[in-house]
Amino acid sequence: MSSVSSKSEIFSKVQEALVDALGVDEDEVTPQATLQGDLGAESIDFLDIVFRLEKAFGIKIERGELFPEDILTNTEYVEDGKVNAAGLSKLKERMPFADLSKFAADPNIQDLGKQLTVQDMCNFVEHKLAA
Amino acid sequence: MRWFWIDRFTEFVSSSHATAVKCVSLSEDHLQEHWPGYPIMPNSLVAEGMAQCGGLLVSEIYRFSELVVLAKFAHFSVEGEARPGDVIRYHAKIEQAKDFGASVIVTGDNDGQPFSSADIFFARYDADSSENTRGRVLFNADDLRAWIRVVGVFDVGVRPDGTRLRVEDYPHFFQKYSSANHGDLRTGV
Repeated sequence: MSSVSSKSEIFSKVQEALVDALGVDEDEVTPQATLQGDLGAESIDFLDIVFRLEKAFGIKIERGELFPEDILTNTEYVEDGKVNAAGLSKLKERMPFADLSKFAADPNIQDLGKQLTVQDMCNFVEHKLAA
Repeated sequence: MRWFWIDRFTEFVSSSHATAVKCVSLSEDHLQEHWPGYPIMPNSLVAEGMAQCGGLLVSEIYRFSELVVLAKFAHFSVEGEARPGDVIRYHAKIEQAKDFGASVIVTGDNDGQPFSSADIFFARYDADSSENTRGRVLFNADDLRAWIRVVGVFDVGVRPDGTRLRVEDYPHFFQKYSSANHGDLRTGV
C-alpha cells in the first residue's frame, strides 16, 4: 500500500477518518485545521483516530507514537509546565512528522496537542508508510 | 428501576461477537414517563443497551478484571420505535482491540427489522491510570459479578474454538471481586 499511496490519497483517507471520528463536515477538515482547536477533538478522540488510521492504511500505531504523552509527563523533560531543551529534542526525534517550530517558541505542555494539524496527521501516516 | 438494558445474551463468542436480547415491556417505568400516553423506549436507553452488549464483550477481553468504560459513540442511529411487546436483538462485533481500548460495531434489529446501529469506543481505564487511581472500580463488585452471570455470559459464552467459557477460567476476577475482598473495593473515581 505504501508505494501507491499518494499525498492526495493519504489526505483523503485521513479526512474520512477525522470526519467519522469527530463528526465534522468534510470541508472543515483542511490541511491547516488543528485537531483540538478547529475540529474539537478531545483526548479520547485520539484513540479513536488511531484505530481508524490503522484500519484505513493497514498500519500499526503503538501507544504514544502519534502523541508522545510519556515525554510530557516525564520530570526529566518538563520544568514548570514547560518542555525543556532536552524534552524538545526528544519530541523532535519522536515526532519527525510534526512542525514543532511554533510550539518550541513557548513550549507549554498543554499546547502541544492544540497545535497538531490535519497536515501533521497526513505527515505521520506518510512517515509510517515509508518506514 | 435497575440499570439493565439487555435481558440476556443468546450468543457470546470471546473476543469476537455477541448477541443480546432486550424485551420491551409495558410495565417498565420509562415507557410511561418518556412520552405520556405514547409508550416507546427512549433512544438513549437503546444506546445504553447497545453499549452494555458491546461493553461486556470488551470487558471479557480483559478477563473481567479491569475497568472498561464507555468512552464515546462515534456513530449512533435508530430507525423507528421500540414499543411494548417488541423484541430487540443487539449484535456486537469487536472491530479492533488494543492495550488501551477497543472499538465495537453494534447493530440492532426489532423483530427482525433493522432498528439501530452504533460505532462505540471503550477505553481500558487502567491503561491511563496513575498509581493513585489504579485498581479503582466504578461498580459494586458483587453487582457486576451477579450481572455477568444473570445475563448468561457463562451460559452461552464460548471461545472462538467453540469450547465453553467457564467461571473458573477467570480466577483473577473472582479473587478480586470476592466478598472477602469487598471491604477493600472503592466505588467512584
